[in-house]
Formats: sequence, structure tokens, C-alpha cells
Amino acid sequence: MHGDFISQLSIFVLAVFVGYYVVWSVTPALHTPLMAVTNAISSVIVVGALIAAGPEGMSQAKVLGCIAVALASVNIFGGFAVTQRMLAMYKKKK
Amino acid sequence: MDMQSITSLAYLVAAVLFVLALRGLSSPESSRAGNVMGMLGMMIAVGTTILSPEITSYLWIVGSVFVGGAVGLLIASRIAMTAMPQLVAAFHSLVGMAAVLVAGAAYLNPASFGLLDAQGGIYVASRIEMSLGAMIGAITFSGSVIAFAKLQGLVSGRPVVFPGQHLLNALLGLAALGLVGYFCVDQSGWVFWSLVGLAFVLGFLIIIPIGGADMPVVVSMLNSYSGWAAAGIGFTLHNNALIITGALVGSSGAILSYIMCKGMNRSFFNVILGGFGGDSTAAAASGGTDDRPVKQGSAEDAAFIMKNAGSVIIVPGYGMAVAQAQHALREMADELKKAGVKVSYAIHPVAGRMPGHMNVLLAEANVPYDEVFELEDINSEFQQADVAFVIGANDVTNPAAKTDPASPIYGMPILDVEKAKTVLFVKRGMATGYAGVQNELFFNDNTMMLFDDAKKMVETVLRSLD
Repeated sequence: MHGDFISQLSIFVLAVFVGYYVVWSVTPALHTPLMAVTNAISSVIVVGALIAAGPEGMSQAKVLGCIAVALASVNIFGGFAVTQRMLAMYKKKK
Repeated sequence: MDMQSITSLAYLVAAVLFVLALRGLSSPESSRAGNVMGMLGMMIAVGTTILSPEITSYLWIVGSVFVGGAVGLLIASRIAMTAMPQLVAAFHSLVGMAAVLVAGAAYLNPASFGLLDAQGGIYVASRIEMSLGAMIGAITFSGSVIAFAKLQGLVSGRPVVFPGQHLLNALLGLAALGLVGYFCVDQSGWVFWSLVGLAFVLGFLIIIPIGGADMPVVVSMLNSYSGWAAAGIGFTLHNNALIITGALVGSSGAILSYIMCKGMNRSFFNVILGGFGGDSTAAAASGGTDDRPVKQGSAEDAAFIMKNAGSVIIVPGYGMAVAQAQHALREMADELKKAGVKVSYAIHPVAGRMPGHMNVLLAEANVPYDEVFELEDINSEFQQADVAFVIGANDVTNPAAKTDPASPIYGMPILDVEKAKTVLFVKRGMATGYAGVQNELFFNDNTMMLFDDAKKMVETVLRSLD
């Protein structure tokens, strides 16, 4: 358990650095799509919601899980779709 | 290879695809492929979870995904680009709420998440992770709801301040952390749920003192919070895809907040402590007399000057977006280009209501992105420009930011429009910008004021051009 936490923490810290360098390379013109797409990908929290919503039968945990799946789905579908819609508008000079 | 390893590898692939999705945004050409990679990553992550043995009942899941997905797609196809800031704020609130719900479900049914120790209690490490995830998620939720309401105009954008506000917030924050600590020794329901309740109140109180015009920072900050909340839940679930994604989103939001603060020359704490844009600062900031004469021009004058110019730099501000003048503006630019004038656009970092907002609005109006430049790339070109056409912007052009140490906007990076041979300033009246500061530029000899609604003015200029 203890070692497990340390390896997770290592992944977390390294990912913060990856995020730092990747995001600085994003062109400022695309900062709004960046926010929309980070929104969509942070909804990968849906994996937790799916586990909660997964078991047979009914329980409080399952109800919370289903609501969370629905909310995260709004974000996933809405976030990627609105990002795609924005990115399609960026055109070069003809 | 066992099932566990395959699952972990699939999550790793998803996380790498998310990194590539962000990497794609380094240029508009690669961005669309990047977004597709993001979708692919999400499909892999969700598919892997659905196929895992913990999930045995699909009906409710499919129903929830269908309802949520339909709502999301509907909103995404209908939303106006001017409303992007409030949409993003609303989406953040959903991530926050989802984090709270997942943490709540993990608390109510720890066995299904594999969080029980030998004595039948929840692992102490898991308690810390789930309570922190729930706390940050709850703050993100209520904070984003307030940000949404302010941006949408449901409540006044004015900062709400009262005596002892910061002390109260600090005490509530400490109380919340105390509850996280106490949750480690006592896993009773009241500890967990009062922590969640307290965090909801805290998120609300943190955002109400922040004025409407500081919302770009707030939206970026909440973006960051939603990432940290997701990472917290990732620790609880021992899910690396969630930890990595949370960290990516968290640092992304933090960088955007930093860029926005720098664009206003304000420290992050100064924004968070709030109160800016209220009466107190506006009253203190008035300098210079308002009854001095300004040179006023007509649309015909503006059309004549621009047609005969070699180069025109357009400086759009949020006022242009409010007036919905971007399409007319692009048509005006097209006419000028036909007349052989070189047209470019200069964007200040805080020109819109969220990072990069103005670029999206111009892109929507079919302005090619290679005519649009950021402050540091175009600022040196104003001295060679014949005309700076300022529309719906004010504070971001104010030379007082460079010359007057007493000005509240002193030190803010500004667009050097005053160096252009002629400055055309489209404005409704002589009112000050949101910082409440007089703009000396209005009284310069080479400035011509064009008083009208931005859209009407541009349309009249357009008619005078042919």
C-alpha cells in the first residue's frame, strides 16, 4: 500500500511537469479550445463513476455513480464537440 | 500477461493520447488531429473500464451516458462563441460535481473500489485521497456555478465584499482541512458529508468577492481545480490515467491563470482576494479632467484615412464582441485588403472574457488566423503602421500603464497604439474602461474618436469604403 502511493505520487509529479511543458507550447490563439479540451479530458473521472454505477441491484452508491456518469458524459461529448467546432473555424489566409 | 496489466496498459495509452491532444494545440493545423486523439483516448479509457469485471450491470450506465451525451452534444452545437466563458465555467462545475459524487460513492461502497483494509475500515491513505478529492470537487462546483452566474449575467458582476471576509474564508478553509484530518481517525458519515457541505460553502465564498472582469483568471483557476479534483479521485481509485490527466489539466489551468494575471499586471493573490472593479478602486482612480476637447471624426473620415493607408492594425476588445461587430469588421478588412491595404489584428492577452477568447471570435468571423497576432509579436509594428483601429478596447491601449506610476493599471503590458500615425478609436462615449481610468490617448493630436455603437460604426465605414 505504501509503496503503491509513492509510485502514484511519482507519476503525478512527473505528469505535472509534462503538463507544464506541453501547455507552454500551446499557441495563445488556441487557449480557449485548450480549456474546452482539458475540460473534456478531465471528465475521464467517468471511469470512477462507471465503477460506482457498475454493480447489480440498487444502492445509494450506484445512484451517485449514475448521476456522475451522466454529468461526466455531458462534459465528454459536449467538450470534445465544442472543441472540434471551434478548431474547424481556424483557417489560413487564402 | 494478466488482465490487470492489460488494463493498466490501456489506461497508459489513454493518458499518452491525452498528452498528444494537448500537444496538437501548438498550431491550428495539428489541433484537429489532436482533438481526435483526445476522443480516442477517452474511448479507450471508458471501454477498458466498461470491460472490467467490476462492472456487471449495463442498463443504467448506457441510459446515463445517452442522456448526458445528448445534452452535451446539443449544448455544444447551439452555444454562441461569445458565451464560451460561461459554457466552460458550467462544464467545470460538472467535473467538480462528478468528483464529489464519485468520492461519495467510494465512501458509501468502499468494497467495490477495493478500499477496505483487513479490519473492514477504509485505508487511511484512501480516506485522505477521497476527502481531498471531494473537497476540491465541491469547491470547483460551487465556485464554477457562481462564475457561470456572473458571466451569464444572472447575478451582478460586481464584487461582493463584507468585513471579515478573508478571515472567515481562512477559518472555513482550516476547518475543512481539520475535517480531512479527523476523517482519518473517524470514518463516520457526518465527518465526510459535513466536509463536502463546508467545501460547497467555501467555493461560493471564494468566488463572490471577485469582479466580473476578473473572470478570465477565475475560469482558468477553476479549470486548474477541476484537474486537481480529478487527480485526487485518481489516487483513490489507483487509476494512473486519471492521475496523469488530472495533473495535465491542473497545470494547464494554473499556467492560463498565470498568463491572465500577467496580462493585467496583477498578482494571483490580488485577484483571488477580490474587490477589484468595485466602487472603491474606481473612485480612487479618476485622474485628468474629462472636459478637455477631443478630435471627433465621422465614418467617412475613417474610411478615407484607412483606404489611403499602407497598413492598418485592428485592435479589437471585448466591446467589439458585445456589439457583435466581428463579422462587419472582417468585411471591412476585406474591402481594405482589396484596396491594397495591409491589415493585421493585434490581440491583448486579456482582450476577451477568457484566455484566447478573442481569437475564437475572430476565427468564427472567418478572419484568417495568420493575420491575428499576439501582443509581443505585433507591438513593435505599431510605429510603422499608418492606422491603429481600436474597437471596443480601452484599458489595454492606455499609455498611463507605461508612464504613470500612480495609475491602477501601471505596469500592465499594453498595445502601443499611440505610436501609429493615426489612431482611430471606436467608442460609444467618453466613459472609462473597467479599471475606471481616463485614457490620455483620447486627447492626443493623432487620435480621432469615432463615437457610435461598434457594429453600426463599422457598417457605416464599410458603406463609405465602396
